[in-house]
Amino acid sequence: MRILLALLFALLALAQPATAQDLLPPAPYAYKQLEDPALEAKAQRLMETLRCLKCQSQAISDSDAPMAGDMRHQVRTRIAAGEDPEAIRAWLVERYGDYVSYAPQNKPIMWPLFAAPLVILLLAALLLRGRFRRAGIKGDGQ
Amino acid sequence: MSEPEPKRSRIAIWLPLALFGAFFALVIWGLVRPADREVASAFIGKPLPQFALDAATDGQPGLSTADFKVGKPKLLNVFASWCVPCAIESPQLDALAKQGVEIDGVAIRDRKEDVARFLATNGNPFQRIGKDDLSEVQLGIGSSGVPETFVIDGKGVIRYQHLGEIRPEDMDLILRKLQEAGQ
Repeated sequence: MRILLALLFALLALAQPATAQDLLPPAPYAYKQLEDPALEAKAQRLMETLRCLKCQSQAISDSDAPMAGDMRHQVRTRIAAGEDPEAIRAWLVERYGDYVSYAPQNKPIMWPLFAAPLVILLLAALLLRGRFRRAGIKGDGQ
Repeated sequence: MSEPEPKRSRIAIWLPLALFGAFFALVIWGLVRPADREVASAFIGKPLPQFALDAATDGQPGLSTADFKVGKPKLLNVFASWCVPCAIESPQLDALAKQGVEIDGVAIRDRKEDVARFLATNGNPFQRIGKDDLSEVQLGIGSSGVPETFVIDGKGVIRYQHLGEIRPEDMDLILRKLQEAGQ
């Protein structure tokens, strides 16, 4: 059993290079924060609302994918150069569509989503009004 | 409470179950349906951003935006030596190059010696190969992975994006898109 396990681990070690991605070191600002805490906070807020394109349910701030690292580098260097976070978001949306941003956009397609809670509340109010009125009539009859 | 229930409520009593059934079917459909995980570029029809990349391998020039503004459509292939499907599309790229299609490459996060080894193993259909260590050009043209192939017209405008490797059955499509870009 122990030999089998050792063999398995040896195989896993051999399999490593095939699954490896690139061999380059991460981009300079992939894992390094900006020197200015205010700018870093600004960059962090933006990075938390940008989607990693390789690992699509993560934000680029959460992902260790090399491409997410390159996106963080891009965000941090642009913030450091004085660019507005929303301009960087718009730059990415222009290239990858709304999908790349986690922040809801104010577009006509979103209106049903924002309207749905109001419609449901209104329907509930109407239904309850009917119920209360009937109960009220019964109560009067007693 | 002895009076009979009104008839319509007998149908209404099934309504929640029917709604649940519909919801359940939707969930199952969402689980079973093969999901499309590719992020297509929204940058089709836009000009290439300004870039000038150093050579990705010795003996072959680097790549800049100006190389595409030559009046003739070209392919821009985004690849990497560490990317397995990139080797699969090599025969198709070679065949395109033999038919006279000009192909320029962008190597993503790659080392010179690895690019050289990749080209020696899989053939070299490229005229120029730029070295994109920070994925800057990749992000700049809306590419979300390797390999991807873009048809660029003679003015440097992106006309078509092919996601994933070019398979033998994709050749006609690529040639047609090149022809359309040349018109």
